[in-house]
Amino acid sequence: MIELSQVRKVFHAGRPNEHVAVAGVSLTLEAGRLTVFRGPSGSGKTTLLSLIGCMTRPTSGRIFLQGREITSLPLPFLTDLRRRTFGFIFQQFHLLAKVSVLENVMLPAYPLGESYSALKSRALSWLERLGLAAKAAAKVEWLSGGEAQRVAIARALINGPQVLIADEPTAHLDSHLSQEFMALMADFKTAGTTILIASHDPLVHEAVAVDRVVDLRDGRLVSPESRIC
Amino acid sequence: MARRLHKQRYLLDFALSSLWRRKGKNLALLGVYSLLVFVLASVLFFTQALKREAALVLAASPELIVQKLAAGRHDLIPAAYAERLREIRGVSRVSGRLWGYYYDARVRANYTVMAPEEVAVPEQAVLVGAGIARGRHLSRGSTLTFQGYDGTPRAFQVRGVLSPESELLTADLVLMAAADVRRLFGLAEGLYTDLTVAVNNPREVATVAAKIQELLPDTRPILRDEIRRTYEAAFDWRAGILLSVFSGALLAFLIFAWDKAAGLSAEERREIGILKAMGWETGEVLQLKFWEGAVVSLTAFFMGTLAAYLHVFVAAAPLLAPVLQGWSVLYPRFRLTPFIGLFEVAILFFFTVVPYTAATIVPTWRAAGLEPDQVMRS
Ligand SMILES: Nc1ncnc2c1ncn2[C@@H]1O[C@H](COP(=O)(O)OP(=O)(O)OP(=O)(O)O)[C@@H](O)[C@H]1O
Ligand SMILES: [Mg+2]
Repeated sequence: MIELSQVRKVFHAGRPNEHVAVAGVSLTLEAGRLTVFRGPSGSGKTTLLSLIGCMTRPTSGRIFLQGREITSLPLPFLTDLRRRTFGFIFQQFHLLAKVSVLENVMLPAYPLGESYSALKSRALSWLERLGLAAKAAAKVEWLSGGEAQRVAIARALINGPQVLIADEPTAHLDSHLSQEFMALMADFKTAGTTILIASHDPLVHEAVAVDRVVDLRDGRLVSPESRIC
Repeated sequence: MARRLHKQRYLLDFALSSLWRRKGKNLALLGVYSLLVFVLASVLFFTQALKREAALVLAASPELIVQKLAAGRHDLIPAAYAERLREIRGVSRVSGRLWGYYYDARVRANYTVMAPEEVAVPEQAVLVGAGIARGRHLSRGSTLTFQGYDGTPRAFQVRGVLSPESELLTADLVLMAAADVRRLFGLAEGLYTDLTVAVNNPREVATVAAKIQELLPDTRPILRDEIRRTYEAAFDWRAGILLSVFSGALLAFLIFAWDKAAGLSAEERREIGILKAMGWETGEVLQLKFWEGAVVSLTAFFMGTLAAYLHVFVAAAPLLAPVLQGWSVLYPRFRLTPFIGLFEVAILFFFTVVPYTAATIVPTWRAAGLEPDQVMRS
């Protein structure tokens, strides 16, 4: 369970170009649910996801992960928490060019230093589940958009995260691939993973697996605070 | 513990694969770097070897030499002078030396022909230095002919080639029996080229020299200290030239490292961002870049040092040879004895590997310090 209490994020605080990206959000996100954040461009969706995923710290307010306050944790703990708890899928996929699919998937696990054979077999089994077994040795620049995203998904899953965070995951996919993506997310949710998605895409909002859509505007929750499906 | 080890293995493997991914750039870098190390190490090895040769020359030369002067020019010294010198207090031993320079027109080099004190050479036989052996293609059993002072050719059988620790000392040396030296140069019995004087107490050498001057005003005592000074002057001059080469190369290296430091390609920056977003810590990204820098710089260091070793000690330093000119009469066939000081190599290591590795880390440190969420938007 994730709880946000009066979370604010201000960029360039105290300067003429000061910008409030998240303006006091209080929110409770149930574990094992699929939540979608919706809102116009610049409404603070990406910023909110980075705050939840410990990628950046709030300017004020507090975030709790399973009852534990994480906003004031020292950096090494925060990093450790981030890589064991959260898996990220970026809009641009952010795969390393000229590196094999397999190595891209294994990359987030390197700092944890487990044995190579265990890591490799785990990465291969994820690739297999995502239908990419044949591409393990391929370089990522040879992949189609859908394949590249599935590599990004496998990479997000490699450390066994409890929470999967995806920012505009369908922006580069056609309708069919978008639906496939949402079906995959539904599978992961069934397996117990908490899923947070930021998206403009109605295909995402309307997917059956979505438990809750949170509307944002100008960095605030739109009232009625949220709609529970 | 095993985890830490595994982690470093992963980082090293990934560093290697990253280097390979940018192989064009990194091979060029490795080439330039190896070349610089090669220049630095060549100069270093060369000066060190020369220094050691000079030290050996000094160690082998007698503490005090007495020459006779005739109108300021070197003249042969009568054996009777030796008797007078033995009477001086503090002198332990006086011996006469027989030697002279012989110009060999065939190889256009001067040989030092000498009657050795320690070893006995049979008449009509010689021991030759390695430089002469090379120049005249001599080996044990060959015949070497000299033109005597009166024009008559004199044949000697080569009994062996001198292979001492310092070639500089003996490259041009020909050892033969005292009687043969006398016959070759036409030296009458009872005359020597010069006298060497051994002194009981090394601190009294100057006093003894002064006494000799007083006792025999037509002689000139030469102290080893004076020889040392001459050598040092000659050596310092050469070292000065080499030092300028060295500092030039070092400067080039620093510019090169600085350039590397200033530039982190957009691709590298992007990769660092991705790693951070994947949950890598700043320190882990730095370790990765450390491995990259260490691999490049260690490889370049070993390749450059090895090439320099071959250049200086096997190929006889063709690129630095002009500096050697005038040092040895048997130039350019002269070969330095391999000698490497660990301290100097450590210095070289410190001045090349460390700045380079640091130069790869510093810009990464700046780039890796960014918050990971920055890559979410780009
Ligand atoms: N590092 C930053 N520095 C300054 N302003 C920033 C920074 N990051 C985000 N912002 C600003 O914060 C606001 C919210 O940005 P955010 O990316 O969270 O919006 P979003 O809802 O994800 O938009 P989109 O739908 O276009 O992705 C924007 O106005 C953006 O310009
Ligand atoms: Mg966004």
